[in-house]
Amino acid sequence: MRYERPSTMKQASALLAKEKGKAFVLAGGTDLLVRLRTGFIEPDLIVDIKRIVATREIQSTAAGFRIGAAVTGAELGEHAKLQKAWPGVVEAANLIGSKQVQGRCTMTGNLCNASPAADSVPALVAAGAKAVIVGPKAKRTIPVEQVPVAPGRTSLRKGEIVESILLPKRPARSGDAYLRFIPRTEMDIAVVGVAVSVTLDAKGVCTDARVSLGAVAPTVLLVPEAAKALIGTKMDKAALDGLAKACSAACQPIDDKRGTREFRIKVAGVLARRAAQIARRRAGGK
Amino acid sequence: MSGIHVTTKINGDVVEYVCDADETLLDVLRNRLGLTGAKEGCSTGDCGACSVTLDGRLTCSCLVLGAEADGAEIGTIEGMAKGEELHPLQRKFLQHAALQCGICTPGILVAAKALLEHNPKPTETEVRFGLAGNLCRCTGYDKIVRAVLDTAEEMHRSARGA
Repeated sequence: MRYERPSTMKQASALLAKEKGKAFVLAGGTDLLVRLRTGFIEPDLIVDIKRIVATREIQSTAAGFRIGAAVTGAELGEHAKLQKAWPGVVEAANLIGSKQVQGRCTMTGNLCNASPAADSVPALVAAGAKAVIVGPKAKRTIPVEQVPVAPGRTSLRKGEIVESILLPKRPARSGDAYLRFIPRTEMDIAVVGVAVSVTLDAKGVCTDARVSLGAVAPTVLLVPEAAKALIGTKMDKAALDGLAKACSAACQPIDDKRGTREFRIKVAGVLARRAAQIARRRAGGK
Repeated sequence: MSGIHVTTKINGDVVEYVCDADETLLDVLRNRLGLTGAKEGCSTGDCGACSVTLDGRLTCSCLVLGAEADGAEIGTIEGMAKGEELHPLQRKFLQHAALQCGICTPGILVAAKALLEHNPKPTETEVRFGLAGNLCRCTGYDKIVRAVLDTAEEMHRSARGA
């Protein structure tokens, strides 16, 4: 196995593109090293992207935020402006692992690991986040929900690396929230995860919403029907009932030791209702 | 496989080593540098027995490649006491008998030190959450939590008295 630590995205992409064997990108390493040590993967090349300046920064721009691929969970939690604009995204990212893991783990890694139960991914999908992908020939930007295509598989092509994640600028009276169900209090994998992002008008009517579910299908889901149940309402009981129903209906979960199919379907609705109420409160709704 | 040359700072001292590409920082510390305070528990980042700080951030050294530490500053349990003088956390762990077999203790001390540096007056809940990445199979955690809270209290009092 070779270890390379390039200083530009172009070099990183070229290294991956020309590698004939198995090549992996290393950012935080909290998933990659586990897979490496347990023999699940046998890389010929590991490309560490942490020397590339663009991957290490959180930039606040006119268009919103640009979060580098190697920015850690701990750094996200310490960024007051990001926390204020996107509290749901930050709380979701901060739920990943322990303090030790937070010091290394990244949202881009969480996205590219392509687990259906990834905590930060539903929050990013609800936020309308985009992934900036650098390839050997071109750069492209796609909605984050198009990155994972199946458990453990992404739409990234050979030589492509996610450089950063873009979060849009927040309109006034907006809020987001992420909730997950786990049987423990911390350090566990989501049985169901729900993220809701809303924008209200001056009268408290929901004008825009995005709802996303984790751990209830092979990939994280964007659920437009659930958003539709909120838009145009004051997010009253009837609207929340509609939201919960749409979320449960969107679930195609597996049965496993962490939760039965029936349980996940029911909990998706329950959590959606609670997350929507938190998002509404954060948006300033009374 | 040719070795990777790494220059790093461990507990304030410049240290150079050569490691393999797939070797973890934990293996480097223990097998190449003789710093055996960090323990190997799960080797998957769940138990925290291998906790160190990397550029001031608490991390599991089993989840870091030795090669990644080039140019970084590492803090291990070996750097916690100042010569014969124990760190207040180490003293309080002894007073409260906050350990039994001791395997998890170095990692818990490193994590607790990082916690108190970040949050000098934590609540009990904050201590429990802050140490959730460190597993102990002996103590039931209660004495550990009390030792950390007592240390915070003492450090706070002595800081005010100074």
